[in-house]
Amino acid sequence: MASSIRVRATASGETTEVQTLIQHPMDSGFIKDDKGEFIPAHYIRELTFEHNGKAVFTADWGTAVSKDPYVKFAFKGAAKGDELKVSWIDNKGETDTATFKIQ
Amino acid sequence: MTTFDGVSPVTRRLVLCGAGSVALAGLSVAAFHTPAALAAANDKYPEDAFKQKDGKEAIKLLYGRAAEPSDKIKLDAPEIAENGAVVPISVSTSLPDVTSIAFVVPENPNVLAAYYKIPQGTMPSIANRLKMAKTSTVIVLVESGGKLFSATKEVKVTVGGCGG
Repeated sequence: MASSIRVRATASGETTEVQTLIQHPMDSGFIKDDKGEFIPAHYIRELTFEHNGKAVFTADWGTAVSKDPYVKFAFKGAAKGDELKVSWIDNKGETDTATFKIQ
Repeated sequence: MTTFDGVSPVTRRLVLCGAGSVALAGLSVAAFHTPAALAAANDKYPEDAFKQKDGKEAIKLLYGRAAEPSDKIKLDAPEIAENGAVVPISVSTSLPDVTSIAFVVPENPNVLAAYYKIPQGTMPSIANRLKMAKTSTVIVLVESGGKLFSATKEVKVTVGGCGG
């Protein structure tokens, strides 16, 4: 299965900018389906970014993060060619991990 | 508080703390239950804060204190969001030593939207997309040098993003 995580990490000088897009329903549990029944909550709770084994950014998310979440941040200390490991876990215990090269 | 069975958390705490007296155990348990200690003591997912229905309570649970407004926080959000399901919101700040940034939408069913930990070396600048149930003030919280600051902006929502 293709990874749910898409990342563009670009190093410019000592700063690396990271843009992330994840495929996930992010169901809040407050929306009803066609039959009028609530769609159970299904959302990513934790998203982490690691560079050289060190967490450079951690997101704790609730139900109010939009479907197919997007997040952008920047950190210092990485160079082009370095690897960035990205992983998430949702409220059902599902998880995905992917590694990206910094460009 | 005079007897401890083998599996009680109090006993575990007692062992962990190396404390020998009942009085000390009592103190450590009391300290552990203050929100500030909870927020500082672990990196765990702040489950209770994410369940909160009240903005002030969520902030208290997350940080153990109230925030003071700061003009050094730049909060970017649309004045009018046509689609409450996807509201682009970004924040950056010139405050020093930022350790975390959180987004709160008081009119949402669960008010805490996102909580980001900012380790040293990571910029205090984030862009993300949030759902908004209806027109609301968006609050961003920035933890800087052990203090808590906030900025707010009202976003008018034409079509809510939480159903119902």
